[in-house]
Amino acid sequence: MSTYNSHILVCGGTGCVSLESQQLLDNLKAIVEEKGYGKETQVVRTGCFGFCGEGPIVKILPDNTVYVRVKPEDAREVVEEHIVKGRQVDRLLYKGEGDTAQNDRDMEFYKKQYRIALRNCGMIDPEDISEYIGFRGYEALGKALAEMTPEQVCATIKESGLRGRGGGGFPTGLKWDITRKVPGTEKYIICNADEGDPGAFMDRSILEGDPHSVLEAMAIGGYAIGANHGIIYIRAEYPLAIKRLQIAMNQAREFGLLGKDLFGSGFDFDIQIKLGAGAFVCGEETALIHSVEGKRGEPTRKPPFPSESGYREKPTCVNNVETYANIPPILLNGASWFNSIGTATSKGTKVFALAGKVNNVGLVEVPMGTTLREIIFDIGGGIRDGKKFKAVQTGGPSGGVITEADLDTPIDYESLKSIGSMMGSGGMIVMDEDNCMVDISKFYLEFTQDESCGKCTPCRVGTRRMFEILERITNGEGMEDDLHNLEQLARMIKDTALCGLGQTAPNPVLSTMKYFGHEYEAHIRDQHCATGSCKGLAKYFIVAEKCVGCTACARVCPVKCIEGKVKDAHVIDQSKCIKCGACFTACKFSAVIKP
Amino acid sequence: MPIKSLDELKKIREEQQNKVNLRESGNLKDDTVEVMIGLATCGIAAGARETLNAIMDEINQQGLKNVRIVRVGCMGYCHSEPVVQVNAPEMEPVLYGNVSEEKGREIVRKHIMKKELLEDSVLIKSFNKA
Repeated sequence: MSTYNSHILVCGGTGCVSLESQQLLDNLKAIVEEKGYGKETQVVRTGCFGFCGEGPIVKILPDNTVYVRVKPEDAREVVEEHIVKGRQVDRLLYKGEGDTAQNDRDMEFYKKQYRIALRNCGMIDPEDISEYIGFRGYEALGKALAEMTPEQVCATIKESGLRGRGGGGFPTGLKWDITRKVPGTEKYIICNADEGDPGAFMDRSILEGDPHSVLEAMAIGGYAIGANHGIIYIRAEYPLAIKRLQIAMNQAREFGLLGKDLFGSGFDFDIQIKLGAGAFVCGEETALIHSVEGKRGEPTRKPPFPSESGYREKPTCVNNVETYANIPPILLNGASWFNSIGTATSKGTKVFALAGKVNNVGLVEVPMGTTLREIIFDIGGGIRDGKKFKAVQTGGPSGGVITEADLDTPIDYESLKSIGSMMGSGGMIVMDEDNCMVDISKFYLEFTQDESCGKCTPCRVGTRRMFEILERITNGEGMEDDLHNLEQLARMIKDTALCGLGQTAPNPVLSTMKYFGHEYEAHIRDQHCATGSCKGLAKYFIVAEKCVGCTACARVCPVKCIEGKVKDAHVIDQSKCIKCGACFTACKFSAVIKP
Repeated sequence: MPIKSLDELKKIREEQQNKVNLRESGNLKDDTVEVMIGLATCGIAAGARETLNAIMDEINQQGLKNVRIVRVGCMGYCHSEPVVQVNAPEMEPVLYGNVSEEKGREIVRKHIMKKELLEDSVLIKSFNKA
């Protein structure tokens, strides 16, 4: 075996692959070979580094240099300068606020992060099982099978305080223990990889960057509850994650880490992948189980809980991807280690997909108890283009908005609930002063009414009616009693819907109405949308005093509704205007005002 | 080859150990020794790559985990290449010149492990007095 003295890690997550990181990887490999460094420098494709906003990411070890926004054509410079001559390529270093950061320790983005679930993402080659084993992979499974009883495994997870990372926050150890205690020889363990929240991509990144950790944890879970069969329910929209899972499963079988008689213990365990069509409701466990069975993806009433009667009416345990990724480190490092991280009620870390109007878009993992302000302003680098922070939406279509006033709340399951939002699966969408809150809640309602499975009336009809009211308000046709009706509908749907989807669907509306009620009122009473997002309300005007008559606006107007002579003030014909905003963007003299 | 016991798993893990050490070297701890090796054209021509490989090999053989290797550009001592600088905690940075493969191994065994200087090869002992 050749001894490598340096590694070039290239991000192979979906975000970076779409920015040609595969081509970059091929170029790097070819040039390293060409320069005769093939035996000294290993080029490795890894999972997501989390710093997606600045991708594709390349990290060079042992120097620990991080390069950002590396294009395929930069490969030659990286190899010739850094690898051959030992000189950093300054122009590819990350330039944050102020100083240029050479490596990840200098980067604010990584400083406050603590990686448990993402421990191997961006570190190992997800398509090589030996790298996973090198980083203590499958040791937790070996330990569980050789040294622990199923009771002890459940007890350890219980003691660790790990709670479901899919959003519900149910204690994982307890779920396992309940399923273990249900009598029966045929049980199932399912991995819920049906990540449906708009803007959330942590599960995909874990499966793409470290698929073996999920396989290992499922085997441990199977041993703990007495299941010999695991199912990964993943949406077909995640082709790269599926491919890497399949490779990982094949390798695990080759190494005898899946299949018959694992570690010589007599325990058999294997996993199959089940593809979903990407329906939001199938993230709900009973709907998910029906979908796996080949039936319609519709939820059923609980109880009976899946732990008693799930897949094929047998005891079934469903856990989320991120939950599984936490299991092996807990068994290796002990429950008290995990226990020491986080807050009183929520232990460990949580991965958030940071998106929206924030500078560092990406995947972050922080200890529970970190404040939203730290995540958005320290890790996220603040709001884009120096704009003002308005709100952050957590929990996706089931959560609510959090305003400036609550930014210093330490994050855990309970605190987020108390300020009217929820942990959810970890999507975090940051909004600035240009976002209209009525428009945002309309967006989420449009999503839920579309994703509603239609089984129960409150959700099927109710969310549709709410969406219609919101649509009316944003079109400038809002009526005085709309607000009252919205709230009543919302409360009714919350109380009567069958499953979590319907019960939480009104949350975005309720929370925006609570914190941004004045925006709703302005839309209805004054026909005014302060941000200009609602096209139905927008009115563009030209201030005669400021207009110099340069004709820039008239030239870009797609419907030719701006009249005026050269060097004379121009006027917009409101009856023809389609509110596209092109004139606003084109004007260099701030003479066009919106809305 | 199916793995049938924890020991068999550990064997595979040990084979991967070098790789793991290199990757984890990014996470500096307080007691980390930093070894900087000049890998500019002058250094490479004088055999810095061989020195680098020898030092890495020695570190692995000795099982050291607290050493981080940084490849740097020309330090200006082209006449004394290969040049190696060692920054050990609680010691002043020391610059060595004409570091052959054997000298490189010696640096690991003496300077890094025993905190003894290799007086014959020192180019600069104290950056403060320069």
